[in-house]
Amino acid sequence: MASNVLKKAESFFDHFERWRPTQNQTTHYCPGCGHGNAHKLIAEALDDLGLADRSILVSPVGCSVFAYYYFDVGNVQAAHGRAPAVATGLKRSHPQSIVMTYQGDGDLASIGGLEILHAANRGENMTVFFINNAIYGMTGGQMAATSLIGMKTTTSPYGRSVENDGWPLRVCELLATLPAPVYIERCHLADAKGIMSCRKAVKKAIKNQADGKGFSFVEILAPCPTGWKMTPLEAEKWVKEKMIPYYPIQVFKDESATREGRFPQPREVADDELWKALDLGLFGETHPYDEPFVKNFSTTHFKFAGFGGQGVLTGGVILAAAGMQENLEVSWIPSYGPEMRGGTANASVVLSKDPIGSPLVVNPDVLVAMNDPSLDSFEDTVRPGGIVFVNSSIIARKLRRSDVDVIYVPLTDIAAEQGLTAGANAVLLGALMEYTKLLPIATIKEIIPLGIKRKQLIDANLRLVDAGVEWIQNNVKGRKQSVTVPPSKQTAATPVMFPEK
Amino acid sequence: MQKELIKGNEAVVKGAILAGCSQYYGYPITPASEIAQAASRYLPPVGGTFIQAESEVAAINMVYGAASAGMRALTASSGPGISLKQEGLSYIAAAELPCVVVDVMRAGPGLGNIWPEQGDYHQVVWGGGHGNYKCVVLAPNCAQEMCDLTMLAFDLADKYRNPAIVLADGYVGQMMEPVVFPHKRVKVPRRDWALYGDAESKRNVISSIHMSTESLEKHNNKLQGKYAEMERSEVRFQEIKTEDADLVLVGYGIVSRLLQSVVEMLRAEGKRVGLLRPITLFPFCSKRLSELTTQGKHFLVVELSNGQMLKDVQLATKEATPIHFYNRMGGAVPSVDELANVARKYVK
Repeated sequence: MASNVLKKAESFFDHFERWRPTQNQTTHYCPGCGHGNAHKLIAEALDDLGLADRSILVSPVGCSVFAYYYFDVGNVQAAHGRAPAVATGLKRSHPQSIVMTYQGDGDLASIGGLEILHAANRGENMTVFFINNAIYGMTGGQMAATSLIGMKTTTSPYGRSVENDGWPLRVCELLATLPAPVYIERCHLADAKGIMSCRKAVKKAIKNQADGKGFSFVEILAPCPTGWKMTPLEAEKWVKEKMIPYYPIQVFKDESATREGRFPQPREVADDELWKALDLGLFGETHPYDEPFVKNFSTTHFKFAGFGGQGVLTGGVILAAAGMQENLEVSWIPSYGPEMRGGTANASVVLSKDPIGSPLVVNPDVLVAMNDPSLDSFEDTVRPGGIVFVNSSIIARKLRRSDVDVIYVPLTDIAAEQGLTAGANAVLLGALMEYTKLLPIATIKEIIPLGIKRKQLIDANLRLVDAGVEWIQNNVKGRKQSVTVPPSKQTAATPVMFPEK
Repeated sequence: MQKELIKGNEAVVKGAILAGCSQYYGYPITPASEIAQAASRYLPPVGGTFIQAESEVAAINMVYGAASAGMRALTASSGPGISLKQEGLSYIAAAELPCVVVDVMRAGPGLGNIWPEQGDYHQVVWGGGHGNYKCVVLAPNCAQEMCDLTMLAFDLADKYRNPAIVLADGYVGQMMEPVVFPHKRVKVPRRDWALYGDAESKRNVISSIHMSTESLEKHNNKLQGKYAEMERSEVRFQEIKTEDADLVLVGYGIVSRLLQSVVEMLRAEGKRVGLLRPITLFPFCSKRLSELTTQGKHFLVVELSNGQMLKDVQLATKEATPIHFYNRMGGAVPSVDELANVARKYVK
């Protein structure tokens, strides 16, 4: 142990060539600066634990941005305050690595306040060294969140005041309120005893990580003679007389002995497993290509509109999916955001034999209006000669227009008769396909189960599709329009032709 | 053929995972949230990482960490969140790390609203963060491209060790269309510059600090060299019926889909109209635009912004032939008829 203290740690480079090619056995730190000691304690701990090869040090913005000059470990330099987030990305990528952040007070306690709070709260299995010298050193002695009351800095020339600047921030105390961290201690570098206890804390904080125990945090009260405009000896005295009384030297939390270690193992999945996990192949193979059907398919624009919860968006998706399975080009685009939650919702669906230009349906060929606001909004947008499906269970009024084909169908009542009020969209799909003959009912019924987890609901929904089909068969005699439709797919009766646009 | 009917935002995630992406760090925002949701669903079961970060700033810095670790990493957001990520993007570009960021644009400025706009063009294509850096920017216009261009973005990010941004909009992200996913996945090789927490990689340094002006100027010149190489090698665009066109419509993302319909409509009227659709926004198809100018073609640029891409078209063509401009903002999306009426004014 003693010999380790006297010679340069193995975890340091012999010559600091990353700093400069010659005269490279000293550091860039000022005489009396705390960073030299703090670096040494970390390097010695890595030596003692044999962890240097696995280590990655995340350095901050501040004087210690140049930590990579000295440490013979992996080095990443982070933006101001962001070291705990960067360390999170590193550690989650390589759980076996030893990831440490080394941050000053401006970095950790001010601009990086959120990052340290949440890394601690997630209990990231990492080690944080927080060098608190109550001042911004590298930037030229400005006030820090941890500057003491009355302290004069280049941005508090009259002394820090509670009224203007608030109280010096005690970070250990704050973090110790969180359940996740395993170990939080504050120590200091103002005398040999302080350094020795700091040495133990640093080592424990690193060892905890190697043992998979979680988030360890060591705050180190460190002198900054240059920033404080003091001699190194005055600075040490100031740490003891001014800082320690406000920032007590203490173990705030230590569950190192009782925590179970966790060692997440990297996992590789086989290609097939990956494919399955991504839900690919949900729809299976598309149906055999039916050339006459596709070639004769007339591009059709749909607007589905209703209350959120009436399944209008889902109804549109099922239609699009069925079109896809019949080798049509399809697109579905919803109203989204707040409208999805309780207000009126609508979806545009386009089915076409050709690649679809605009997926936005402004003038639908087919409007499905499930409630009054939907009919009010979209009635006037329907193309002359188009079709309007009105959910007459909810909408009492008739259409004002006479240049469209309108079907008043009590969708919600039909669904309720079958005991599934929420299934009005299934009734609709049955009725719509029976009336327009655009797509085979069988294809619609093939798609519906893919989106339903509960088996009994699948059967109920399929019955609702049939109910929609039957309603059209029983209630709609003869279509207004004549038909050219998908010859091979049409099932019966007179299909619908959409007027030339 | 197996097709999935899937939202653009979800296609991003499946494409990313097939491209070997194992790390997602993000923050929810409409209309990009389905990307985070899909990542949270699909990554953990296949051994990947999903973390809902405490902020957009933290998310991009977690990506910085994962990219430093040699992983393919993804984050996504929309305008307000992309503004916050710009600090991290500057650091990532400066440290020469690959990563992919998806921006599903919404309407701004400020909180704006959640409907589609293209007002992030400047902050994404021209920079946004501090310093002399560029990101590769890819602009999908359909769900299939949300997958394909995300996968390509990872390749380009790796090739140039530079962030790549997929710039989509609310409609392209929210739209469901059939997507054919590649039936193979990319294995990410070990990178000799990254940190793996082992002896072999420990001498690597990921940093963007260059204390001397000489060193930083040299680094800047190196970066500029990469961007020049991208401009030589990575320009991608799509042309529809431009050969004999008198008027070339120019638009990207959802606008290009509308313009595609406008071209069909006006061609049916016998008007010679074509479409140039930039797929990469940086590097931009300046050379092609310049060629079309030489052929005497006029342009109609359509954007859901105050004319942010228009500037690039003006630069490329030096305004040698007339450039017309039509835009909507605030989340309003023009109809095909509206655009056709505009185009008719500029073509016989």
